[in-house]
Amino acid sequence: MRIARIPFDKQADADDSLDLSLLDPLIERHKGARGNLIPLLQGAQELYGFISKAAFEKLSRETGIPLSDMYGVATFYAQFRLKPVGKHIIKVCHGTACHVQHAVEITESLEEALKVKDGETTEDRLFTLESVACLGCCSLAPVMMIGEQTYGKLTGNEAVKIVKNIRLAEKN
Amino acid sequence: MVTTITVGLGSCGIAAGAHKTYEKIRALKESDNLDFILKKTSCVGMCYREPLVEITDDTGTYLYGEMDADRAVEVIEKHVSQHAPIREYIVYTDLFDAPENDFIGSQVKIVLRNCGYMDPESIDEYEARDGYKAIAKIASEKTGREAVIDLILKSGLRGRGGGGFPTGMKWKFAAAGKSASKYVICNADEGDPGAFMDRSVLEGDPHSVLEGMIIAAYTIGATGGVIYCRAEYPLAIKRLNIAIRQAHEKGYLGKNIFGIEGFNFDIYIKEGAGAFVCGEETALIASIEGQRGMPRKRPPFPASSGLWKKPTNINNVETYANIPWIVLNGAEAYANFGTEKSRGTKVFALAGKVRHSGLVEVPMGMTIREVIFKLGGGIKEDKKFKAVQLGGPSGGCIPEYLSDTIVDYDSVNATGAIMGSGGMVVMDETTCMVDVAKFFLDFTCKESCGKCTFCRMGTKRMLEILDRITNGHGREGDIEKLEELAYQIKDNSLCGLGQTAPNPVLTTIRYFRDEYEAHIGHKKCPAKVCRPLLTYTVDPAICTGCMVCLKNCPANAITGERKQVHHINQELCTKCGVCFSKCKFESILLS
Repeated sequence: MRIARIPFDKQADADDSLDLSLLDPLIERHKGARGNLIPLLQGAQELYGFISKAAFEKLSRETGIPLSDMYGVATFYAQFRLKPVGKHIIKVCHGTACHVQHAVEITESLEEALKVKDGETTEDRLFTLESVACLGCCSLAPVMMIGEQTYGKLTGNEAVKIVKNIRLAEKN
Repeated sequence: MVTTITVGLGSCGIAAGAHKTYEKIRALKESDNLDFILKKTSCVGMCYREPLVEITDDTGTYLYGEMDADRAVEVIEKHVSQHAPIREYIVYTDLFDAPENDFIGSQVKIVLRNCGYMDPESIDEYEARDGYKAIAKIASEKTGREAVIDLILKSGLRGRGGGGFPTGMKWKFAAAGKSASKYVICNADEGDPGAFMDRSVLEGDPHSVLEGMIIAAYTIGATGGVIYCRAEYPLAIKRLNIAIRQAHEKGYLGKNIFGIEGFNFDIYIKEGAGAFVCGEETALIASIEGQRGMPRKRPPFPASSGLWKKPTNINNVETYANIPWIVLNGAEAYANFGTEKSRGTKVFALAGKVRHSGLVEVPMGMTIREVIFKLGGGIKEDKKFKAVQLGGPSGGCIPEYLSDTIVDYDSVNATGAIMGSGGMVVMDETTCMVDVAKFFLDFTCKESCGKCTFCRMGTKRMLEILDRITNGHGREGDIEKLEELAYQIKDNSLCGLGQTAPNPVLTTIRYFRDEYEAHIGHKKCPAKVCRPLLTYTVDPAICTGCMVCLKNCPANAITGERKQVHHINQELCTKCGVCFSKCKFESILLS
């Protein structure tokens, strides 16, 4: 569970390069079914990594679900992103076990190294830094997860080193 | 007998590198043409020894711990090829005294009876371990619904999600509802940070949850089932999907299940979208219906008007996993474990400053001290045990001097904490209790759905007070103000989230008032956690004059020449802690 809910990004809305026709099969599948709003939003996010304003409008137009309901639900749940994200999402665990073992230090070190705040994306769109409530690997605390890979028993310096190595690999 | 090698591939095992171990063993088996069966299983609970590999041969069963790929190569060569087990790597066996024999031996496994002992992706292995025999028994003996409810009532099983409401009563109410369609919901939205019991059960033994739900459906007359699972548990969702498909293929889901005429039941998975409040049953139902997950007033209870306004029974993962065992072994066998008002066992996720982080299942009535010291192996680095947090953001901290409290619903409630779903986070002398209270309140404040003013605004105001206390601006009367707000929030919130949100603050004030007073009155943090209350100095005996702290100090508060002892100017120091984390020689002192 992401701790911070993220509002719309004006710049991303101007980006009309997204292919909205990808939404058609999703709408086809869920149209008219009761309780379809969350699966629609989850599906849209899976396609683009986030839900753009244009995607909201198309979903609303074609399913008849009011835009206000959609926005209400999308901003209620932590899962939904209204801004594009970086290629790698760094999830730093801030569960209880990680908290008492200095997870704050990891987030702070990464914030400093990546020059972003919690919840933001780096300028090169490579990393998004997030705090999450619990990854459930409490025995490895403090933990962070990048993609499918989990890194445990971290210090701030180690976390920065891991991220730097990924950036290096991306450049080559 | 052919040797069997089983690799533990639960989330925690995978995080510790179990996939690499598995691949290494598989590659070795192929390249060297070795004769053994390689299998997968899930978490056995010993997370602190992951990755785990179990070898069963003619002589017995051996559990190897901390098996990275290199160690796996060594063990395969010695144990499998040369029949010489490597004793120092073995953590558990019934053949001799291994380091973790106590850890396994002190547990009673009912919910976790299959976790770590079978391949969770194989319905055949589940059936070989008495799987689907409970529902088959009900069908063949033509046990009536009333009789099943009676059995569950007699077993004394209470809701394992935290509420502790008698499961049999819940079923009875839902069974009494008159409607052609009814629903059974499994609450797998484990939102408590620091708890992973449900995840382990779903990953390790998904079929027992399905079987529990099928029995519930038969009993209350339900036609549809939903598992509301956190989207953050991809492996659990994957394995549940496999299990549901397999159950369909065998005809354990679908129409006229187990030959019971007219018993049609199906289950689908609903992925939660991340909101702690959705653990509350009416919020969970709203979320399944595609709305904002906001709780509503009860009554009507879901048992009479739940999902799509139909009678609905909601239980948590662990509750359902208990059901097949109770049906097969009888109510009395179950009720033999535990205390008078809390029967059976409880699964705890041990984490924090404890040596053996992992999953344990113990009979109710064990003392907290036993759980932490006997199973948990005591405190890391032999530090001093200070408190244990039970029940997550809705629970509280139980201090060391109350650790002879037994784990059952009523005894834990009496301390001001709650049993909760089973997260048990251990804290030592380096944990600041005010900081812990702030941590939980920050969580509930963000997760409050906003419906009730007292919860929405009250938690915010409490958080502001805690913020100023930990920043060194605490005022006289702050503790009293916190207490007043806490009781207002408890009394005026609709759902469990608000009613319990102040518990972490209230229990820490109750048991660690001196720490609050030290923060407020003396502007000191005894555990040296709250940075604004600390003074950073350089230890001249250790400082090498490497200049790392000086270069990194954002406030330019550090002075000194290369290879000379550095000095921190206290007037300029912003107490950001950068020097402390950057110093490789641990020469920055906190006081």
